[in-house]
Amino acid sequence: MLQQFPQWLPFTFAALMGLSILIYVILDGFDLGVGILIPFAQPEEQDIMIASIGPFWDANETWLVLAIGLLLVAFPAAHGEILTALYLPATLMLIGLILRGVAFEFRVKAPPQYKAGWTWAFFVGSLITALCQGAMLGIYIMGLHFNSWTLAFAALCAGCITVGYSMIGGTWLAMKTIGDLQIKAIEWSRRGLLGALTGIALVSLATPLVSPRIFDKWFSFPELFYLAPIPLITVTVCITLWLAINRLEREPRIKPGQPFYLSMLLFGLAYIGLAYSFYPYVVPEKMTIYDAAAAPESLKIILWGTIFVLPTILGYTALAYYVFRGKAQKLTYY
Amino acid sequence: MLDAFILSRIQFAANISFHILFPTITIALGWILLFFKLRFNATGDERWMENYRFWVKVFALTFALGVVSGITMSFQFGTNWPGFMETVGNVAGPLLAYEVLTAFFLEAVFLGVMLFGFNKVPNWLHTLATFLVAFGTTMSAFWILVLNSWMHTPAGYEVRDGIVYATDWFAIIFNPSMPYRLSHMLLASGLTAAFLIAGVSAFRVLRGDTAHGARLGLKTAISIAAVLIPVQIFMGDMHGLNTLEHQPAKVAAMEGNWDTQSNVPLLLFAIPDEEARENRFEVGIPNLASIILKHKPDGVVPGLNDFVKSDGTVEHPPVAPVFWSFRVMVGTGLLMLLFSWGTGYLIWRRGVDGVPKPVLYGLVGMTFSGWIATLAGWYVTEIGRQPWLVTGVLDTKAAVGDVAPALVLSTLLLYLAVYAVLTVTYILVVFYLAKKAGEGDQLPDRARTPEAITQFVPAE
Ligand code: HDD
Ligand code: HEM
Ligand code: HEM
Repeated sequence: MLQQFPQWLPFTFAALMGLSILIYVILDGFDLGVGILIPFAQPEEQDIMIASIGPFWDANETWLVLAIGLLLVAFPAAHGEILTALYLPATLMLIGLILRGVAFEFRVKAPPQYKAGWTWAFFVGSLITALCQGAMLGIYIMGLHFNSWTLAFAALCAGCITVGYSMIGGTWLAMKTIGDLQIKAIEWSRRGLLGALTGIALVSLATPLVSPRIFDKWFSFPELFYLAPIPLITVTVCITLWLAINRLEREPRIKPGQPFYLSMLLFGLAYIGLAYSFYPYVVPEKMTIYDAAAAPESLKIILWGTIFVLPTILGYTALAYYVFRGKAQKLTYY
Repeated sequence: MLDAFILSRIQFAANISFHILFPTITIALGWILLFFKLRFNATGDERWMENYRFWVKVFALTFALGVVSGITMSFQFGTNWPGFMETVGNVAGPLLAYEVLTAFFLEAVFLGVMLFGFNKVPNWLHTLATFLVAFGTTMSAFWILVLNSWMHTPAGYEVRDGIVYATDWFAIIFNPSMPYRLSHMLLASGLTAAFLIAGVSAFRVLRGDTAHGARLGLKTAISIAAVLIPVQIFMGDMHGLNTLEHQPAKVAAMEGNWDTQSNVPLLLFAIPDEEARENRFEVGIPNLASIILKHKPDGVVPGLNDFVKSDGTVEHPPVAPVFWSFRVMVGTGLLMLLFSWGTGYLIWRRGVDGVPKPVLYGLVGMTFSGWIATLAGWYVTEIGRQPWLVTGVLDTKAAVGDVAPALVLSTLLLYLAVYAVLTVTYILVVFYLAKKAGEGDQLPDRARTPEAITQFVPAE
């Protein structure tokens, strides 16, 4: 039994890390998306948009801390390699996160004449964060190499992620708002979906082309068969999402959450596709999760904690979303 | 020249210095808010609620800054110090993981309920959320200080092929300096928050703010400070004695003592000169360092020259920064003692409105004194650990990442610019909020404010 630890432990941790990245991308995705959409709204609407994410954004970002923490603790040999290679985009992303996090507070607490400026900072911070995350993904897919091709691909991914976030942000707002703002949000969702689709298509085409290994993983014989459901479900979800957005436009009061839930599903599917392409590598083409794993003793200690604590975290996160369910309201401290 | 090593150090120091400013406030402010709330629940006295309402705003602002700067911290290990995790990841990893799992999520999730849930959840749940946030911040201080203390006084591990493996988690968590460092830091946090509240309340009183809340806030804060500061000074002394046992070179640098000898004076002023290996312009109190550290005038205190190898390699930390930071911390601590006891006495004899203006101005000046002492304290501790990253296990140079110096320099400048702007804005906004509170904004009549007209439509 003990002999098998080294085999399944790294896999479990890769799965946990993957899960927290996915949760992060969905949750911070919608609140970054709200930030990216902010310049398209009127000042009063901006307050409501920000109010809709107020109780959540901090916890959403904590999933990033968990993901990076798991990379750090479970795959110490890989994290240095990845993060030193992504030094610049990672730093810019952090600056973006700082800007938007503080702008959130300062825009309502600083003297009113600066409010518009901080709203602007909120937008810029969200945009930088999304762009950098996309670029990091692109360079990662490209095996952490830098040349004009990989940079072009990174730019493509930066655009896609940004548009994708604005889509999920749009559907979030369509769920959380009413009136004119909701109508606008529905339109943003639609455009976001079109952009995201183009993006997913381009990235799906480019990835197998630049990496023969990934190409083989998807297009060799029996695999093609087992994997066929993923693209098929993705197409179905896209169509359903498109219809749901159209439906919501006609009946804005009925099931306003539908497009948001479908967007989450879409993110999940795209993510599973990526994860499949990379497994078992943690540094693409260079280091597998089994090469990079930390000592089993230490991993076990963390795993025990995770087994008990993660469900609790999910539970009280659900509680928070339940407390602040329904349409967004102006936030008050008392 | 500036190489990636020194730049990474400066960048790490800048990031963590900026980060610690905010947690050091929120750790204690969370408990103080809970106290305000419980007092209000028990007495129904509006003045407690007034304080709660004002300080919860400052708390929200401070928390946001703490979170975003903390996220930066967690990337630093990977971007600049890959050798750290590669070597001691088996110990540091689980500690960091437990911090995220047991502390960060708790505080981040319940923060939303605490800040915005007042009208949405039953009062007990709101009080519970306030408690969980305070508890979460304290837990994160616990875990990170366990790790930091382990880096100073490692225990419960073995080294195989240059990699550290954990052998005894109890020994790792309760490593020799942890109890001292944790108590000293939590007390530092209490003092920082107390002087913040005292300073801002004094500012409100000075501006002619008639709210009773500000007076109660001042009184509460001064009471907290007056109780904590003697405990802190005592703890600091214990902390120093413990360090003498485990990291004598650090204490030698704090005292500016070059030779191992008896009857060492306590230096009040000196300019340590590492080239000449002696002090210039020494002013000291005879025998006092020996008395403090060894409890007798002729006690023998270790000197820096013991930590120079025969080939001339220096194995003690840079002297001047440790020496001076230590004096800044202790000096600030003594000022805190003076102000909290002096003001406490005046309030006791004459009431808050009887406190003379110059004293109030002094308190306004002391608003951020906690920051100064805390930063100085961390500089003593951390610079005093050099040249080691983990004492006796990993030297700092071995951990640095392979990043182009120009790149590190540019990100460093970017961080510094952002931090400078944010720190100044933060201070201005805190005082702006205080000014606004004085202009009658602190008791919004919910029926009147447009903000209160919510547009609630049930979901689905
Ligand atoms: C988890 C670990 C940890 C924690 C809690 C802290 N530090 Fe630290 N510190 C380090 C881990 C570390 C480090 C990674 O070990 C560094 C980086 C380079 C080095 O020499 O040690 C370091 C260096 C370092 C230096 C540079 C020392 C030098 O290069 O001469 C300063 C000034 C500080 N830190 C300041 C702080 C402050 C103000 C802290 C208060 C919050 C703090 N540190 C907490
Ligand atoms: C290298 C060291 C450190 C790292 C990597 C780190 C990391 C972080 C991170 C990622 C967060 C944000 C958590 C969230 O999303 O809610 C955070 C917040 C926090 N940190 Fe740190 N931190 C470090 C040092 C410290 C120290 C020394 C203390 C206190 C003694 C501290 C106390 C806190 C507290 C109380 C918070 C909650 C936010 C707040 O109160 O403002 N941290 N830290
Ligand atoms: C006035 C008497 C004080 C004494 C004798 C004292 C003593 C010490 C000593 C010896 C250290 C270094 C510990 C080490 O070896 O690593 C230290 C660190 C520190 N001090 Fe103080 N201190 C005093 C006051 C204060 C005050 C008033 C504050 C803040 C409000 C403060 C905050 C800190 C912090 C944050 C650290 C670094 C963390 C740690 O190692 O605990 N100190 N102090």
